[in-house]
Amino acid sequence: MDADRTVSSGRFGLTQALGMGAFLAVMVGFAFIADSYHLFQLTMVVAYAVAVLGLTLLTGYTGQISLGQGAFFAIGSYSTAILMANYDWPYWATLPVAAAVSALVGFLIGFPALRLGGLYLALTTFALAVSVPQILKVNALSDFTGGVQGLTMDKAEAPFGLPLTGDQWIYLFSLGVGCLMFLLAWNLTRGRTGRAMMAVREQAVAAEAMGVGLAALKIRTFAVSAMITGIGGALSAIAVQFVAPDSFNFFLSITLFVGLVVGGVDSIPGALFGGAFIEFIPNIANDISKAAPGAIYGAILIGFMFALPRGVGGGVMAMLRRARRRPLPEVR
Amino acid sequence: MNGLLHQIASGIASGAIYASVALALVMIYQATHHVNFAQGEMATLSTFVALTLIHAGVPFWGAFVLTILLSFALGVVVERILMRPMMNAPVLSSVGVFIGLLLVINALDGWIFGFTIKSFPSPFHAAHPLLGGYVSPHEIGETGLTVVVLTLVWLFFRYTTLGLAMRAAAYNPVSARLCGVRVNRMLGLGWGLAAAIGAAAGIMVAPVVFLDPNMMSGILLYAFAGALLGGIDSPLGAVIGGFVVGVLENLFGAYVVGTELKLTVALMIIVAVLLARPAGLFGRAVQSRV
Repeated sequence: MDADRTVSSGRFGLTQALGMGAFLAVMVGFAFIADSYHLFQLTMVVAYAVAVLGLTLLTGYTGQISLGQGAFFAIGSYSTAILMANYDWPYWATLPVAAAVSALVGFLIGFPALRLGGLYLALTTFALAVSVPQILKVNALSDFTGGVQGLTMDKAEAPFGLPLTGDQWIYLFSLGVGCLMFLLAWNLTRGRTGRAMMAVREQAVAAEAMGVGLAALKIRTFAVSAMITGIGGALSAIAVQFVAPDSFNFFLSITLFVGLVVGGVDSIPGALFGGAFIEFIPNIANDISKAAPGAIYGAILIGFMFALPRGVGGGVMAMLRRARRRPLPEVR
Repeated sequence: MNGLLHQIASGIASGAIYASVALALVMIYQATHHVNFAQGEMATLSTFVALTLIHAGVPFWGAFVLTILLSFALGVVVERILMRPMMNAPVLSSVGVFIGLLLVINALDGWIFGFTIKSFPSPFHAAHPLLGGYVSPHEIGETGLTVVVLTLVWLFFRYTTLGLAMRAAAYNPVSARLCGVRVNRMLGLGWGLAAAIGAAAGIMVAPVVFLDPNMMSGILLYAFAGALLGGIDSPLGAVIGGFVVGVLENLFGAYVVGTELKLTVALMIIVAVLLARPAGLFGRAVQSRV
């Protein structure tokens, strides 16, 4: 990326804490003022943001490119849907399973692809994303996956007799899980592991010389990234109450990739912006024409690569720094 | 037995298409170490152009040649405008641009030519069944034409000064430039050539799979598998890999996993190659110097 990438300082001052608290208060507040359709949209923003967050760790911090993150979104969604629809599990209990299954598949795909450098992960995940809808449609599994028709689940209700509608509760539940994931990612990146991840991104050879086990770190990061994206998928399945193979096509993976680039590849708050972008831009674009979402996504992707390679998140950070008259430290 | 022969024959026919696209991918990879994810969409766009020309009354082979020339120009323009500024950019930027290009071309195809599936005329006809009816006339013609194209490409690289210069530019840009090779111009030429090969593959496959904006997405995946199987830095390997993937895909589709899982065969091949022989059958193992 740019020469001005920085190792995040990891300090968490009073201003940040206040800003974060205010932001959370606003997000929680939405639960009580928005109508059910907008609450559903906000829930999807959270789900997509969590999915993009997985990519942020992998691509932004570790520098490995996945073009098939939609596959893990699908795996998370289907894990939740299968457990809820076929085995009557409560929605909240499916999340750990969705996380574990996604992480396992991530590990299995990452193992062959990440021992090697370069574009092998991008190629393998591309192949995974293109084949996932076919795998989900297979007849042999249709008792399990619902085949082409997909699966329908019951709506989640607020527990303990809380005076909340189902939509409000699902939104708040997703928001809680989302916060947990963002906290996890933030914690992971600011410590020793985070520094190792960034070292791999900037200079793999130097990182190895300093004692970072390249393959192990990359494979583990990919598994964590798959897990987080899988949880995003599970949240979306709970909100939509329906899964079908064709909603997890290759375009979903590309959409997540675009969300990552727009939000800022190495910006954790940027993932939230990416999630909002994914949820709202296609709605606007579809009003123009059927071809418009693809064209707009493509043009935005190329435009960002040329003009704002660190995305909105990176751009905002740079502006804040400039405002504080603190120059960006030179890295290279 | 008859069924098996039939599967192998049509596997070779589709393998010819994968081999062409794989060769186009490897040519660009060798020169720039970029994998062109938009290769398939560029070929689809070319095929739409060819269909438009045919509908406008141009005879098939005239439209074929015209489309090849236009695609060559498209490749050169894409290299000049989008890829040259990205030459030294990190890998994420180039992948981003390729994916962006894929989306834009796909959307343009749908916007200009429509999303409906269109039939595409085949130039190859026969009065009576050939080779005992195991293969259709189109399969024979298509395979033959692809082999001719691939041979021409090989002759060009092997026996012409320009081909030598292009190989030099891809193999060692710095030394090539010191010897007076115009490396940037060679890169542009390479892109044009890759786009032209892709266009030929698109026109040849369209009568079989029918034409719509997403025609090439599966084919691109098999081409990736073929390129990896043959070795991503070996043009000959990519061609052989493409044919092998075509046959494997058909055999697995017919006898093992069923046609509904055919795309998964590509994924399995990619994973198997990466596990067993990452450099591919004909590639060199990568050694990086610190």
